[in-house]
Amino acid sequence: MIEAPSAVGVTRRRRASDNDRFLAVAGLAPAVVYIIALVGIPFVLAILLAFSDVTVGDPSLDFVGLTSLRQVVADPVFWQSLRNTFVFTIIANLLVVVLATALAMALARNFKGKWVVRFLILLPWTTPVSLAAITWLWTLDSIFSPIDWVLRELGLIESNMIYLGKPVLAMGSVIAVHTWRVVPLAAVIVLAGLVALPSDIEDAAAVDGARFWRKIFEIDIPLMAPIIAVAVLFGVILTVTDMTVVYVLTRGGPTNATQVLASWAFFRGIEGGDLAQGAGTALFLLPVLVAIAALILRMASRREVS
Amino acid sequence: MAVVETRGLTKRFNDHTAVDGVDLTSHEGEFLVLLGPSGCGKTTLLRMIAGLEEPTSGEVYIGGELMNDLPPRARKIAMVFQSYALYPHMTVARNIAFPLRAARVDVATQAEKVRWAAELLDITRHLERRPRHLSGGERQRVALARALVREPDVFLLDEPLSNLDAKLRTLARDELLDFQRRVGITTIYVTHDQVEAMGMGDRIAVMDHGVIRQLGDPREVYDDPADTFVATFIGSPPMNLVDRGDHLVGFRPETFHPANAGDEVFSFDVHRVEYLGSDRFLYGVVNGIEEPTKVISRIPVSLDVDVKAGQHNFGVPPALLRFFDKTTGKRTPGP
Repeated sequence: MIEAPSAVGVTRRRRASDNDRFLAVAGLAPAVVYIIALVGIPFVLAILLAFSDVTVGDPSLDFVGLTSLRQVVADPVFWQSLRNTFVFTIIANLLVVVLATALAMALARNFKGKWVVRFLILLPWTTPVSLAAITWLWTLDSIFSPIDWVLRELGLIESNMIYLGKPVLAMGSVIAVHTWRVVPLAAVIVLAGLVALPSDIEDAAAVDGARFWRKIFEIDIPLMAPIIAVAVLFGVILTVTDMTVVYVLTRGGPTNATQVLASWAFFRGIEGGDLAQGAGTALFLLPVLVAIAALILRMASRREVS
Repeated sequence: MAVVETRGLTKRFNDHTAVDGVDLTSHEGEFLVLLGPSGCGKTTLLRMIAGLEEPTSGEVYIGGELMNDLPPRARKIAMVFQSYALYPHMTVARNIAFPLRAARVDVATQAEKVRWAAELLDITRHLERRPRHLSGGERQRVALARALVREPDVFLLDEPLSNLDAKLRTLARDELLDFQRRVGITTIYVTHDQVEAMGMGDRIAVMDHGVIRQLGDPREVYDDPADTFVATFIGSPPMNLVDRGDHLVGFRPETFHPANAGDEVFSFDVHRVEYLGSDRFLYGVVNGIEEPTKVISRIPVSLDVDVKAGQHNFGVPPALLRFFDKTTGKRTPGP
């Protein structure tokens, strides 16, 4: 027998890092604390506030049942905000899905300067939303808008469009800015799915004679459906809960034409001082979000099996 | 049916040459195997013929026509991939019909051809199922059916059996060969498995480092290897090579037996005997001119000799000795 050299530095003591249970607790604890402090407590508080009559002027928490919620739904602006939320979310996310998928497919190709282009496309996502919205506020200014200037010089319009002053144009502007903001993230998610598609299947489609559109609609998009669903989930949640773009661009105007639930809750609860009604309005977001999340997650898990 | 021809076909990836000036011409309707170790360029060569990879230089002809500038769909080829590459979100029927839909064939003809291909490959009962509910062998047959409905001039198969377990592989090999004989379509088949290559190929092109070392029928590449690479790559265990100073002498393990009269005799020091049921492998060394060389002898159990570890006189009939140049590794007619 040939003697093996003896092993060096073997510690026989069990370390904390060997303990799976300890690692699990230590690893999850920050996330749990974070969720309880910043999601759980405000959520419980919102429910409590919605069933009370708390205002900024009278902060005592008196339970009044459904009174505040009844006042919320009695206001026609609430219903308009609800409708606007749907219009805003659906149109913005349809645009996001189409643009992000197209963008991802373009970025998946090999071309010179790919990294520069990818970086530029991600920029809107990295800009603080309020700063970006303010830039857009100037871009869409009723007098000095550079878009109007270009259109005027081209002879396409005679007088300024006043984007944020007319109901339909204002909603269009809010949707456009929001789409601009969410597309990069969605494109990156879809791109990740796209590059993970098995190359054999792409090759098989090429040999089988599929041309550009057939390959996209019959092969690529069905195979990417789960990942596109994830992108939509993020997009929808970002849209339904977002009020920054509306707040900076239009403050919900003109005449509440761009008022969405999130901004309406803010105007009611914080600026109007009626915390109970603000919280009550915000609570209406919850079933909408839960329903959407459940739907999309179910879609994703069903696709996953294949 | 068509002849596939490559002329000086070369593919370089950055500074790595995957395929290096390959000239290869198939016969009509033959089963041509590209055999070589992984990374030898056989798959790249196949993909260039398919049009999935653009050659750095050289030409591809199918049926006498230059194919270089044609996309895969215009080359009248069909390809079966190692992973089968079935479309997971489509039923078997839709998978098979996909090339027909892409070619805008009318629906009635599609249905007819799908049924024909499914019957030929015995998968009719699976037509409405998804690929994930099928076994490996069934998936392979779906992939073949999808390749067949296009009525290609050439079949390109990229290791289509390597995802099957060993037992199924033997069966699938037989089925595949039988299928190819019936349809009679020129087939180029890539594999790293010499047993598949020997058993299936009308001819075998043995590849290494992007070049074809030898092209010949299975008997030629086994009995008369063109160089030491082919000699040691084909055969299990491989050909023994013994250094004789200015040249190498090679002999197959099954020709290396206890010496008879007229044999070229070697002094064989047996170290270990391996009993494998039908054969015994004897591992040991022989003394050439230079260093002692490890060699293997393969003796069928039916040959009634009893060899134990120790020194023996073994020999090879002189006609079965093969000689190679020591520096180039090329075959030479004599020592």
